[in-house]
Amino acid sequence: MTFTTLATPTAYAGSPRRGPVTRLLEDERWLALVLLLPTIALLGLFIAYPFFKGVELSVTDAKVGVPGKFVGLQNFEQIWNDGIFHVAVWNTCVYTAITTVLKLALGLWLALLLNNNFKGKAFTRAFILLPFIIPTVLSTLAWKWMFDPTFSVINWMLYQLGIIHSRINWLGDPNLALVSVIIVNVWRGVPFYAISLLAGLQTISPELHEAAAIDGARAWQRFRHVTWPLLLPVTLVIVLFSVIQTFADFQLVYVLTGGGPANATQLFATYAYQIGIGTGLLSQGATISLAVFPVLLLVVIVQLLYIRRVETH
Amino acid sequence: MAQVIIRSLNKRFDEVHAVKDVNLDIRDKEFVVLVGPSGCGKTTTLRMVAGLESITSGRILIDDRVINNLPPMDRDIAMVFQNYALYPHMSVYDNMAFGLRMRKFDRDDIARRVQEAAEILGIHELLRRKPRQLSGGQRQRVALGRAIVRHPQVFLFDEPLSNLDANCASRCAWSSKNSTTGSARPQSMSRTTRSRR
Amino acid sequence: MIEGASWRRWVFFYIPLTAFIVALLFPFYWMLVTTVRPDGELYRPWNAPNYTPFWTMHPTLEHIKDLLTETLFGTWMFNTMVISIAATAISLFCGLLAGYALSRLKFPFAGSLGTMIFITYLVPQTLLFIPLADIIRNFRLGDSPWALILTYPTFLIPFCTWLMMGYFKSIPKELEECARIDGATRWRAMVYIIFPIAVPGILSAGIFAFTLSWNEFIYALVFLSSPDQKTVPVGVTSELVRGDVFYWGELMAGALLGSIPVAFVYSFFVEHYVASLTGSVKG
Repeated sequence: MTFTTLATPTAYAGSPRRGPVTRLLEDERWLALVLLLPTIALLGLFIAYPFFKGVELSVTDAKVGVPGKFVGLQNFEQIWNDGIFHVAVWNTCVYTAITTVLKLALGLWLALLLNNNFKGKAFTRAFILLPFIIPTVLSTLAWKWMFDPTFSVINWMLYQLGIIHSRINWLGDPNLALVSVIIVNVWRGVPFYAISLLAGLQTISPELHEAAAIDGARAWQRFRHVTWPLLLPVTLVIVLFSVIQTFADFQLVYVLTGGGPANATQLFATYAYQIGIGTGLLSQGATISLAVFPVLLLVVIVQLLYIRRVETH
Repeated sequence: MAQVIIRSLNKRFDEVHAVKDVNLDIRDKEFVVLVGPSGCGKTTTLRMVAGLESITSGRILIDDRVINNLPPMDRDIAMVFQNYALYPHMSVYDNMAFGLRMRKFDRDDIARRVQEAAEILGIHELLRRKPRQLSGGQRQRVALGRAIVRHPQVFLFDEPLSNLDANCASRCAWSSKNSTTGSARPQSMSRTTRSRR
Repeated sequence: MIEGASWRRWVFFYIPLTAFIVALLFPFYWMLVTTVRPDGELYRPWNAPNYTPFWTMHPTLEHIKDLLTETLFGTWMFNTMVISIAATAISLFCGLLAGYALSRLKFPFAGSLGTMIFITYLVPQTLLFIPLADIIRNFRLGDSPWALILTYPTFLIPFCTWLMMGYFKSIPKELEECARIDGATRWRAMVYIIFPIAVPGILSAGIFAFTLSWNEFIYALVFLSSPDQKTVPVGVTSELVRGDVFYWGELMAGALLGSIPVAFVYSFFVEHYVASLTGSVKG
């Protein structure tokens, strides 16, 4: 049959006329671009741009109100030799490591407890998340009040139980301050771990446990060989988020101790704030902030690789 | 005339040559069934006619119009999916009216056509219901009704009978064939079915 | 359930569970008690003989009254509400569109873009706040709610996008295909078919975004300076302290009242909140 037909594609007679924009958006790629444009614009403007600006700042000597000139790696040299910076790095690492381990252990325990059926389970689960829901600074203020050396209810309880005989200066004693901050961070983080791990636990079919039990495995062995391996992917994702958040933590320490006493609780973020905003040394503050980045990158890469490895098993 | 002409149709997905040089002539009001083992390319061919897959090479014509690269909405076809694809958040009426609304038919016209199609298929009592409240057979009929109301030039069915028992299947096939003869517009149909072997 | 003798159930289940619940909820109880405790009782040292921590015989509303009448707390609540709602709306809009594009459309670099958005979620605010403060000042947005309304989406959008992607993946693609055959353009198929089906996901994302906005601190601290522009977290921690003196009654009242909107929203949508929390982890 010879083609006496129209060679170019034509719509059927009577189809509604379409404007040029409509026709453009029928193309998947153009539609995707239009849909992604607001997001790319916002994230580009307020994440990518500040990031590069931060890098730029760190190689100048800008202060508040005074534009800086290029000074090379001078700022980095300065913080490298800064004793307080060393303390901040050490504190942040210790803080992150200890709180993560505690949150994981306690969160897992709580998740295992919640994984049973009991009256008021839904209710309990809802209330348990409150420390995570309520704005951090507000609940931290409550803790600050609870730790107050003169009026502390915690001191009262410990005194009543006969554990202490004189006051504990939770926030004022340089040796105790980091412990106090850790306690509050763990308190805040356990619900997140617990609920997320609970969701992970609930995807593990009870039949697997039953089969293991029939095979003679006791509770601890069942946990180690059935529960834990299946929970590992979820756990790694949670830990990834948590480590990054904790490493960059600011609110908690700012409210409780402001970084003191004597820098006992100084972290990356609080030190950057103190130097950059408090003292107005913008470029140095930016440098301290940036110092977090390589560590962050390392943590992210390590965990992503590990997650991928676990998932492909 | 609503003929469908397929010439030298090819489809490649990266290295997989899914559809190899297909040539097919479907005349007006003709009922064609594509039968073959799964994975032989019948659904892909159907989807290319529908406009859901791009064409690697070859031509498809409806009624002397080349429809390569036209979006589905400009092809004047209707398709009934294997799982019916009813819009879950809309009532049966709205499901059937959707296509007409998209083409800017006026309200009375829509009401008339939906009513007509619903009566033919015996689902006029169900117009207010949502898909989740319907049985499998009822959903099938709604999917058919959705296709019929627009009086399209071409009907496509993707494995329509695999979910029904033989009795219902032949009744459905008969009534869908008959429902087209009443309209003034030229029409043709093609179907895919998985072979039983 | 723990099998075995009843004592085992108590030791291994009820007691630990109760201990957890008490430990997690006690600070809120403490907030509440302090808010209604009169000043005289409030400032009683812990080793004084008449220290009655867990209750008070003379509850008073004077702290709440002082908070509402003598401070700008009402203004802070208003500011925070406006900012949170606006930031959530913007983020939902962007996240919805971006999530749709990344999960249902095929285009070059889709994978890399998705990864990049994921990575921006991991960039903490404490990394960016110093250069961002400069940028905000240059754009002349400093000390106004816009500084936050435009910057909060930076950590809300990635999350919303991610959540919506997971949700969209569960919607069969036949629905869109059918809509397009029916006569809808891609855009209309997205808006009339896919979006209405995704409403529960949108709700979950919105609630989570709202609570995250309410919780944000460092940007609000750095970008806002006038007392009447502040948000609740910043206002309560900065304006209720005069010199070295902490007005604990008002502080706790502020903490309590400041938590209520979030707790309220959360209580209505617990299921959705938990769904988005666990969805983001599993996705």
